[in-house]
Amino acid sequence: MRWFWIDRFDEFVRGKHATAVKNVSLAEEHMHDHFPGAALMPNSLIVEGMAQTAGLLVADAIEFNRRVVLAKVAGAEFHFDAVPGDTIRFEASILDLKPAGSLCKVTSTVGGKLQGEAELFFAHLEPGEGVPKLFEPDELLQWLDHMHIYDVGRDEAGRPLARPDW
Amino acid sequence: MPSRDEIFEKVKAALVDALGVDDDEVSPEATMVGDLGAESIDFLDIVFRLEKAFGIKIPRGELFPEDVLSSSEYVTNGKVNAAGIAALKVRMPFADLTKFEANPSVQNFANTLTVEDMVRYVQGKLAS
Repeated sequence: MRWFWIDRFDEFVRGKHATAVKNVSLAEEHMHDHFPGAALMPNSLIVEGMAQTAGLLVADAIEFNRRVVLAKVAGAEFHFDAVPGDTIRFEASILDLKPAGSLCKVTSTVGGKLQGEAELFFAHLEPGEGVPKLFEPDELLQWLDHMHIYDVGRDEAGRPLARPDW
Repeated sequence: MPSRDEIFEKVKAALVDALGVDDDEVSPEATMVGDLGAESIDFLDIVFRLEKAFGIKIPRGELFPEDVLSSSEYVTNGKVNAAGIAALKVRMPFADLTKFEANPSVQNFANTLTVEDMVRYVQGKLAS
């Protein structure tokens, strides 16, 4: 099973930028203890949402032929706490992309206000670099369908993305 | 062509951002790995930042010739042999390899590259 930490993509432009949303809920168990009586979303988990948004954007851009691993988080700043009931919007853009790695800028906003920002650096690992197998195609496609990537996704020319035939 | 000091300041900014070190830690003689704590993934990050700061392209393996260090032709019993040293000198004209030659263990190589080497590398790229 995968750990879903974004609910869906609202916008996805291949190789460029993407916007995903996450609804913060008191039903998430980690909130019960963080903190008792005053639930708030840990900013480390905001980074996870940023990384899933940017990571899928990058993985799609390299046709899922390497495993995209979050390697570094730079310049992360948070301006207020996200709490149950909030909808977080993650906006990711690719600043630089090479075969071996990529650099993305990601912001999180709540109600149009800037909640957090960071630069995320991803390493792209090939099978043999500690990666036995990239993914199970069915499982990955199911994840991408959950994320609505092929509903909202477009290429640079504005054409809908074709769902892969793995 | 920017001056050596201008290049140094931009290299320093890239290293401060990539490695999370303080300004005053980035001296010309500081070694990238030993003094500044750079790990392998950091070199890719640094390459991205230098390319952006200077508008240059840095092909893989040019700044850090990992292929030489992992080649059986150039490495004997964990040490870079004479042919390997010669290859490194050709590939890395910007680096001072004097100390490394005294004990050319592959493990030591990571500690060879200094901030000044990075500055010289960028100078060479901008001049070409």
